[in-house]
Amino acid sequence: MSYTPELQELIKTVEKTRPERIARKQRGGEFPMMSLEERDAILKKHHPDYQPTGRRALKVGPNKGYIVPDEFADIFEARSRVDPDMVDLSNPSIDTDVLIIGGGGAGTAAALLADEEGAQVVIATKLRHGDANTMMAEGGIQAASKMEKDSPYYHYLDVMGGGHFKCVPELVHTLVTQAPDVLQWLEKLGVMFDKYPDGRLSTIHGGGTSRKRMHSCGDITGAEIMRTIRDEARNRENITVVEFVPAVELLLDEYGHCAGALLYNLETEEYIVVRAKATILAAGGSGRLHIRGFMTTNHYGATADGLVMGYRAGISVSFLHTVQYHPTGAVFPEQVEGLLITEKFRGAGANLLNIDGEQFVNEREPRDVESAACIRECLERKLGVPTPAGRRGIWLDSPMIDALSGEGTVEKEFPGKSILFRRHGIDITKEPMLVYPTLHYQNGGLNIDSDCRTSIPGLLAAGEVTGGIHGENRLMGNSLLDVLVFGRIAGRNAASFARDNTAKGELTLDHVRAFQRELEVEGAADSRVAPVLLPDYTDPEVRKKQLTSHYLGTLR
Amino acid sequence: MSEIKDKQGRSDEGRSLPVESQSATGTGKLIPVYVMGKQYMVPETLTIMKAMEYAGFKFIRGCGCRGGICGACATVYRKEGEYKLRVGLACQTVVEPNMYLTQIPFFPANRARYDFSKLTSAPEEIYKLYPELFRCIACNLCTKACPMDVQMMDVISALKQGDITRAAMLSFSCIQCGLCASRCMGELPQYHIAQLARRIYGSNIVPRAEHLGQAVKAINEGRHEEWLRMLMEMGEEALRSRYQEREMEPPMAGEDWVPVNAEYL
Repeated sequence: MSYTPELQELIKTVEKTRPERIARKQRGGEFPMMSLEERDAILKKHHPDYQPTGRRALKVGPNKGYIVPDEFADIFEARSRVDPDMVDLSNPSIDTDVLIIGGGGAGTAAALLADEEGAQVVIATKLRHGDANTMMAEGGIQAASKMEKDSPYYHYLDVMGGGHFKCVPELVHTLVTQAPDVLQWLEKLGVMFDKYPDGRLSTIHGGGTSRKRMHSCGDITGAEIMRTIRDEARNRENITVVEFVPAVELLLDEYGHCAGALLYNLETEEYIVVRAKATILAAGGSGRLHIRGFMTTNHYGATADGLVMGYRAGISVSFLHTVQYHPTGAVFPEQVEGLLITEKFRGAGANLLNIDGEQFVNEREPRDVESAACIRECLERKLGVPTPAGRRGIWLDSPMIDALSGEGTVEKEFPGKSILFRRHGIDITKEPMLVYPTLHYQNGGLNIDSDCRTSIPGLLAAGEVTGGIHGENRLMGNSLLDVLVFGRIAGRNAASFARDNTAKGELTLDHVRAFQRELEVEGAADSRVAPVLLPDYTDPEVRKKQLTSHYLGTLR
Repeated sequence: MSEIKDKQGRSDEGRSLPVESQSATGTGKLIPVYVMGKQYMVPETLTIMKAMEYAGFKFIRGCGCRGGICGACATVYRKEGEYKLRVGLACQTVVEPNMYLTQIPFFPANRARYDFSKLTSAPEEIYKLYPELFRCIACNLCTKACPMDVQMMDVISALKQGDITRAAMLSFSCIQCGLCASRCMGELPQYHIAQLARRIYGSNIVPRAEHLGQAVKAINEGRHEEWLRMLMEMGEEALRSRYQEREMEPPMAGEDWVPVNAEYL
């Protein structure tokens, strides 16, 4: 569906202001950045995290009393998918050194490193290996790789400022100091980074960066990294991947150590007991919970399964009171609603514009500030662009990029988005895109230390399922970095824990029984069941007639 | 905020339905589509994926990123009155009346196993791992089957000529859905071969970034440790003022830009 005549008319306004905006940019003129005080003010007034409704205090678990969005509370205050008394734990189907729950970027990086340490590895993943938010990360990966102008010192400050100075210092230290090593590792594995002919990596700015340290692979950085490390994992004989088999509960042993997990085969509906000497939770994020009803850029499987399993086993969480809304998700055409439009467009020079073709925010503010500014423009100032579906949007002026950096740049730097929009009759080299903030990232999660250890021996965690690295707001390019830095650490440490941990205790699901009792005592027991595993998009009228398929709330 | 909720189609209270299902319901008129031969009436504005969900299918296979990049939802379809088979991604292709479709969520193509660290940039390495490469008869069906417009036959031709660089460049947008292999007379696993070519290119043909090695070395030698520890122990107020004082690299600065303050580099 190409732009309607009404929208084409509005695009003319954008075209009218474009030459002057390009000239200003070429002169180095920028829309002023906000001070920290201005940021605080706009966030409090316009960011969804600061709205008092739609959230409640948790009634159960290690973070009892902590106020989180209702969607998180709903899954924490939910029953197990299984009755522990029905599960035979005496005869595990799989016995391995390291079990990794999740086959995305963190899980796969962990598998590679654990294998290199000599461990037998099993990856259990809900969908296909590589079906994860990592695959969908577009813009890039941060690292202070150019020492003549950048250093971990500046990367650290940027991360902290982006996260409202709430990030866990030790975790940030690990993130920024491991970054160049991760890039070097990826380069060796054959990731096709954008480079100058002499091999020097090209880098651009992202929101909230003080130096250009965003490294990219076109506009499919995550996909390129994911498919490369997945390909490498497929070469390793000691890595076994079981697909369409999510974990639904962790297993502990009589010593209180984590000793594996209970898996569920989505296709045969069997439950499978896996014993492991060390277990890594790398189950990803939660966009498909549609916090506050927002559209999401996330993968189909992003339903916070890892949070549920970890919390039930007694791991505390942090920073779940905030979630990240990406400033630029597509709102037109309707078919691609919620689709991520990478921040790299803004890094490359595209302006955000209101209906009058005017800038209203610097394009390199941190994501939460940028989103709040877009929401203000549409709701308070009423200067959003109306879409045929009755939404409001903001223009993202992609044609500026060709004007600034030469004909063909958009096509070359953003091949994925160029093809996709062309399919819908929109030429983003000549026409702007319509965008609006979209649910994008789970800032918080399970607490870990900088060795990826949780409070349960034998259980490690890495990636989006964890909290603390990004504080209350993650910067662009730090999630790909996070999954790889901490995935590698988790893999290495899990292998070494497995080597030293020879005691074989009796497996138990007592923690599930205890959690269930707590739900009942606190009056939080409901018919809800978690982990959710898959979202449900069935038409309500059809669902009413699916009399037996949803009796567990979600899937059979 | 109430207005945001309106825009998203929900109020704070009305949290029973994920927003996608609401937009999936749409307002368009209902049209017939045939999923594996069976008719369903679905709103005309939806993608194949949302239309199938609307009809009551719950995906286990055949659904992934829902954003056109993961390759999980490859779909083959034919329109009424035509013999031509078309391809698309279910999450990106809008339904049409009397479309006959099926998904191909998995294809059992051969994938070679190799020790990547031992491979060089010689094309013979690829020939050895995938000798079926030379079974290509240049029929171009792979290119026609590609939902990402990758010129897959040209990728294979480039490799036959030993041009790994060209193969890597041409196949960069490949999402490894496997549709090319499903249509290939020579039974080539194009998408796996192209993956190998890209890795060899990225690792062994393009020059490595020298500055990366320097950065890793400096960090390992602990050059930044003292400054980082200082920041880690700093109170929030002091950290805030350090943050505000950061010297910003100008957006339009060239690759040769260096900051005035080199104290923490």
